[in-house]
Amino acid sequence: MAQAFFGGIHPNDHKAATNKKPTEPLPPPARVVIPMSLHIGAPCTPCVAVGDCVTVGQKVGEAPAFVSAPVHASVSGKVVAVEPRIHFSGVPVMSVVIENDFNDTPCPGLAPPKDPGSLTPQQICDIVKEAGIVGMGGATFPTHVKISSGLGKVDTVIVNASECEPYITSDHRTLLEHPEEVLGGVRLLARIFGVDLVHIAVEANKANAAEMLKLKIEEEKAPAVVDVLQTRYPQGAEKQLCQSITGKQVPPGALPAAIGCAVFNVVTTMAIYNAVCHGKPVTHRIVTVSGSGVKEPRNLLCPLGTPIRDLLDACGGVKKETFKILMGGPMMGHAQYDMEAPIGKGTNAILAFCEKEERTLEYPACIRCGKCISVCPMHLQPVFMYQYERAGMLQELEKANLLDCIECGSCSYICPGRLHLVQSFRAGKQKINNAKAAAKAAAEKAAKAEEEKKKEG
Amino acid sequence: MDYKELNLIGSTSPHLRTRDGAGHIMGEVIIAMLLPLAFGIYNFGPRALAATLVSVAGCCFFEWLYRALLKKNNTLGDLSAVVTGMLIAFVCPVTIPYWILLVGDFFAIVVVKQLFGGVGKNFLNPALAARAFMLSWAGEMSTWVGPRTSTPVFHMAGMEDLPGFLGSLFGTFDAATYPTPMALLHENNLSGLQQMYDLPKMFVGLTGGCIGEVSALLLILCGLFLVWRKVITWYIPVSYIGTVAALTFLFPRGNDPVQWMLYNLLGGGLLLGAIFMATDYVTSPVSHLGQAIFGVGCGLITVFIRYFGAFSEGVCYSILIMNLTVWIIDKNIRPHRFGVPKKTRPEAPRPEPAKKKEEAKKK
Repeated sequence: MAQAFFGGIHPNDHKAATNKKPTEPLPPPARVVIPMSLHIGAPCTPCVAVGDCVTVGQKVGEAPAFVSAPVHASVSGKVVAVEPRIHFSGVPVMSVVIENDFNDTPCPGLAPPKDPGSLTPQQICDIVKEAGIVGMGGATFPTHVKISSGLGKVDTVIVNASECEPYITSDHRTLLEHPEEVLGGVRLLARIFGVDLVHIAVEANKANAAEMLKLKIEEEKAPAVVDVLQTRYPQGAEKQLCQSITGKQVPPGALPAAIGCAVFNVVTTMAIYNAVCHGKPVTHRIVTVSGSGVKEPRNLLCPLGTPIRDLLDACGGVKKETFKILMGGPMMGHAQYDMEAPIGKGTNAILAFCEKEERTLEYPACIRCGKCISVCPMHLQPVFMYQYERAGMLQELEKANLLDCIECGSCSYICPGRLHLVQSFRAGKQKINNAKAAAKAAAEKAAKAEEEKKKEG
Repeated sequence: MDYKELNLIGSTSPHLRTRDGAGHIMGEVIIAMLLPLAFGIYNFGPRALAATLVSVAGCCFFEWLYRALLKKNNTLGDLSAVVTGMLIAFVCPVTIPYWILLVGDFFAIVVVKQLFGGVGKNFLNPALAARAFMLSWAGEMSTWVGPRTSTPVFHMAGMEDLPGFLGSLFGTFDAATYPTPMALLHENNLSGLQQMYDLPKMFVGLTGGCIGEVSALLLILCGLFLVWRKVITWYIPVSYIGTVAALTFLFPRGNDPVQWMLYNLLGGGLLLGAIFMATDYVTSPVSHLGQAIFGVGCGLITVFIRYFGAFSEGVCYSILIMNLTVWIIDKNIRPHRFGVPKKTRPEAPRPEPAKKKEEAKKK
């Protein structure tokens, strides 16, 4: 067993609902809505117009900046609209709407490189960029940025298949169903960073996948080792995962590259292999549809841009008592109000809850039990940060290292007083950033005034 | 399917919470306290139960009344008033008049807890503050009956030897004051203790004393239960009891340090205080190191008061005094910042003092 991180929680993982169900392809959707923002960074600019015919894998949005990733058509058909549409973030985002012709014509321009074995790391990085690969565990940070910022610094490459959020089984099914592709991606990562061994991190509740992977690694002599980690949330959070594997802690405000680590999600790893060895961009992803409100929980392979409604329909719809529909896991996912919102590259699950799992109180009250401190994987003191935030004490809030918070939600989960801890920390971060911006603006203004005075003088 | 008909809630993550709310935790404390209560009834008779029920009812009533009068939300559901009520009865002799209990309830709930903002906001342990207040009736608070006494629910002069159920309701108390182990401890009278009590009997709880404090065996079982259920941590009880044990062993009164130490641990309210009072979430530090410091402080003051104090209130006063230091302990003990090497520990960004000086000069 690898080394551990401090704190964390043990919620019921509810994975049994879907972890034995093979991935099934979603019935082709009638139309898909492809937002220009499926990643962290600058939104893409549409490069098709209404009336154009597009093919599967054809680029429909060009990345305008380095920290960005292009988007591709996930079905073939006709572009019927290029306009702002509802996005899973809750606001309208410029999107390309494609009417499916159900032919799945592949894009003729896409072909794998003739000799993938001779590619340099920089060439692989370029292919990854063109394929629109982003962190598919949910963070959607562009993968080519991660690779190029880590080149030369990284000595530990970690493939993240810990999947610590309850309910989600998309990484688990990927491991079980596509071990060859995953190991192919592992080989590429090992070559990019020049390491002999890539760590594949799996939580103990996916023992069957870990065993199978170990056999495959031996069979194929892949440069990888499977690390079975304790089942504990947030085991899959980047900083905690680095700590579990290497025992080192990422410094405040830094990226894992600072301690020589680079973490890639297992689906991302598979996408790298598919892009480099088969020339395929990211057009589909596996999504777990589960939760107490879903009639038949399933794992579905969906074209990007499919509205949530199609996924729920494919699972028999939801129960009438459903009170919350989430994109992503219950700990860090986003609540959705419009079922027309499309699924994105980081959408690992769609969950519908009808029981009040959330257990909020009308009058939350802190009893100072300190449980939040004992579960915080970032060594913070949520109980005091909450008080500072409520009182608007921004200096104390910053001194309490609020900006280190990774918003994993462990403190809110464990709180017996049902405080809205993480929610208040988000507000606190915003307040600190606003205050900093205001102070900067004021300083600039003062400097300008001084200059003008000098000129006048 | 039409999803527009659903009554969906939008909120930010997390969307999942543990089942164990505040009421759940207090419920486990109450379950643990049923053991000492049962022994109190066995040892002191039906009045022990009656006093506990009166105290619980009083606390719940005052909590409800205060919140209703001030049009605040009802907080009876968190069960903290029930715990306070039980604890107040536990630290009183069984002969305590009911009206004094109700005065104590009022003081604990209204003055100590609600006036400071209700659950989680008080800085003193309500039950112990109430006991300190109730000591104003020093005579009533130190009238003891012996072990295995069947104290009736209502005192009625001249109504002795009523049969059966009636006898448990009405009767006279044994007026003679009974020397509790605590009284002998406070007199530094080891030989007296050895004459009156043997240690195994004290361990089981067959002595005089307050309703809930007598059985060391059951209190230790309760403590283990609460630690196992993760309601409390072991830091405060172990550091508190350990400090008292070490000090009384090193500075014994009498000729047998081990026996003196054991009498000190088993006599008085040390175990009840260390397990149920000092571990009160609201009035103890939140960090584990802070809890250990808190426990050591309680132990030091307890022994100091027992040795040199005019009253034998070591446990009660020591915890109340340490309650007042919790803010300073919490303020100074912070977890080690994630990702910062242990030795070179840079402070979080602060306004630079140099700039301030310059500003002051400008002015």
